[in-house]
Amino acid sequence: MTSPLQQKLKVTGPVVVTANRLGDGAVVYRTAQGNWTGDLAGAAVVTTASAATELLAAALADKLRAVDVYVAPVELTAEQQVIPGNLRERIRLNGPTIPLPGES
Amino acid sequence: MYVYDDFDRTLVEERVRDFRDQVGRRLSGELTEEEFKPLRLMNGVYLQLHAYMLRIAIPYGTLSSDQMRMLAHVARKYDRNYGHFTTRQNIQFNWIKLEQLPDAMADLARVGLHGMQTSGNCVRNITTDQWAGVAPDEIEDARIWAELLRQHLTLHPEFSFLPRKFKIALTAAAHDRAAVRVHDIGLRMHRNSAGETGFEVIVGGGLGRTPFIGKTIKPFLPKRDLLSYVEAILRTYNQYGRRDNIYKARIKILVHELGAEKFAREVEEEWQPIRNGALALEAAGVAEITQRFRYPDCPVLEDEPAELGRARAGDPRFRIWLDNAVFNHKLLGHAIVTLSLKPVGAPPGDATAQQMDAIADLADRYSHGEIRVGHEQNLVLPHVAQRDLPALWRALDTIGVATPNVGLVSDIIACPGLDYCSLANARSIPVAEEITRRFKDLDLARSLGRLHINISGCINACGHHHIGHIGILGVEKNGEEYYQVTIGGRADDAARLGTILGPAVPYGEIADVVEDIAAAYLELRERPDEHFIHTFERVGVEPFKERVYAAG
Repeated sequence: MTSPLQQKLKVTGPVVVTANRLGDGAVVYRTAQGNWTGDLAGAAVVTTASAATELLAAALADKLRAVDVYVAPVELTAEQQVIPGNLRERIRLNGPTIPLPGES
Repeated sequence: MYVYDDFDRTLVEERVRDFRDQVGRRLSGELTEEEFKPLRLMNGVYLQLHAYMLRIAIPYGTLSSDQMRMLAHVARKYDRNYGHFTTRQNIQFNWIKLEQLPDAMADLARVGLHGMQTSGNCVRNITTDQWAGVAPDEIEDARIWAELLRQHLTLHPEFSFLPRKFKIALTAAAHDRAAVRVHDIGLRMHRNSAGETGFEVIVGGGLGRTPFIGKTIKPFLPKRDLLSYVEAILRTYNQYGRRDNIYKARIKILVHELGAEKFAREVEEEWQPIRNGALALEAAGVAEITQRFRYPDCPVLEDEPAELGRARAGDPRFRIWLDNAVFNHKLLGHAIVTLSLKPVGAPPGDATAQQMDAIADLADRYSHGEIRVGHEQNLVLPHVAQRDLPALWRALDTIGVATPNVGLVSDIIACPGLDYCSLANARSIPVAEEITRRFKDLDLARSLGRLHINISGCINACGHHHIGHIGILGVEKNGEEYYQVTIGGRADDAARLGTILGPAVPYGEIADVVEDIAAAYLELRERPDEHFIHTFERVGVEPFKERVYAAG
């Protein structure tokens, strides 16, 4: 399988680097300080391929805290709030779109 | 129930110890993800959108009440209080933590459950008829042969790294309830003119990106040759199956490219030198497995007892359930009961920990402690005395598993889709839920009769959409969810792939399309008892297409 670093990154808008936390699989985002957070608002948002590559490389090097690292699109609202850029990422952030059994 | 011996118990316990060590080394950084991933996959552990997912095998769909209670315990202690029964007679837990997986597996091992060979390029859980052992139309109990295969193919060193995953299904009844024609190997028991029983061997079936109905390469294989012939097929596949392209690696592609006749010749060549060797099944060996299946001591009972007749006459809800979810048992005075895991507006195949515990208790009380899991994602109590049906129904109704929709339009088979799965392109569960709401009027659903809807959230086809009477495939178009519809597929004895209806429709329109297809069927059928699939076979796709796309 090709490493995400070997794949040509196409960045046409704001993106973040996301992954799943090793210990429990929870969705996490790479911060500008080189940590991981479950809060998308705390993610480092970049807009160029070179910045995304740099962020991704640092995240991939962190092999002990996160797995399945990749670049994901986000959008910025008028209030500069970061929101997921597609349905898959919305579901990753917010959970299933249906009530879980026992909750409904 | 099959009673595991010390060998099985040791195998499972050793696997838990190994996995605990592997998880520890991964969490400490001693193992990289690249090193660890194949190890976790060998134990049924995937990483999905939100969390790790653990898939547990339920060999040939048979569960004891104690095993069901353990599944409830795992759901409660390590997950979010529910589990998802799959189309391959497995159960999946969607929220499990890697750190807790060794403990969860140790708990499961106490009742003989595990995730071995529920993932990876090996022979997966062997599936069969959920009515095996109790079906009136069966020749033999298919589980005996499934168990022989399971034992032979568990951790088989030669077949642990096949070109791709490998699925075997087996049936020994007149009616195919195991969808054997869409498996890598399908085995179907027949009786020949001499009165002997043997297997029709079907290979190269499968769904996914490139669907095929399997081809029969051996019309009648004596039972003694089952292991050696399956071994020969696997060896042939292992040697010639493509490893250079994941999309062409399944045996169905090999059979298609070589042609069934050439493939059969290759298998024959592989088989002849081994057929009379160590793998030939002698009667004593089969008897040893057979006697490890313990059958309940069901008393001889009156068929259609008076109390059942009174309950039927006295309560229309009970009568509707009885006619829909209760089936003939091979023993007089007994019944097979299907528990619908398809309530209106809920995810198909999910059961809460509370439901699992309650079902285990009801199995103890009414079904000699035995439960079955079917590929339609429903459960079965296989040994119910007919006189107990009214009380059982009340209990099942209380816990929400007595929706009388078995085999009807709302008995939908669906994969987890984009709500959980990292491979999916589109959601399956909300589509299924919306369709069940549209058809919640039971009179309408019953008037439509047998109508199978299958939904997959991507081309991998875990929801078996190709063989649904109505098949729905989720795709992604420019960032939006669209759904492609096929009709006329079927999974049974006359298995066939569905025909594409027309252009894919957006998420908001898919339930309307299903309603249009149902309405067209009601107009097109010749008689109320002409099933949807038969109407389709008579009139073809065009009248349905016209109805659905006319409004557009």
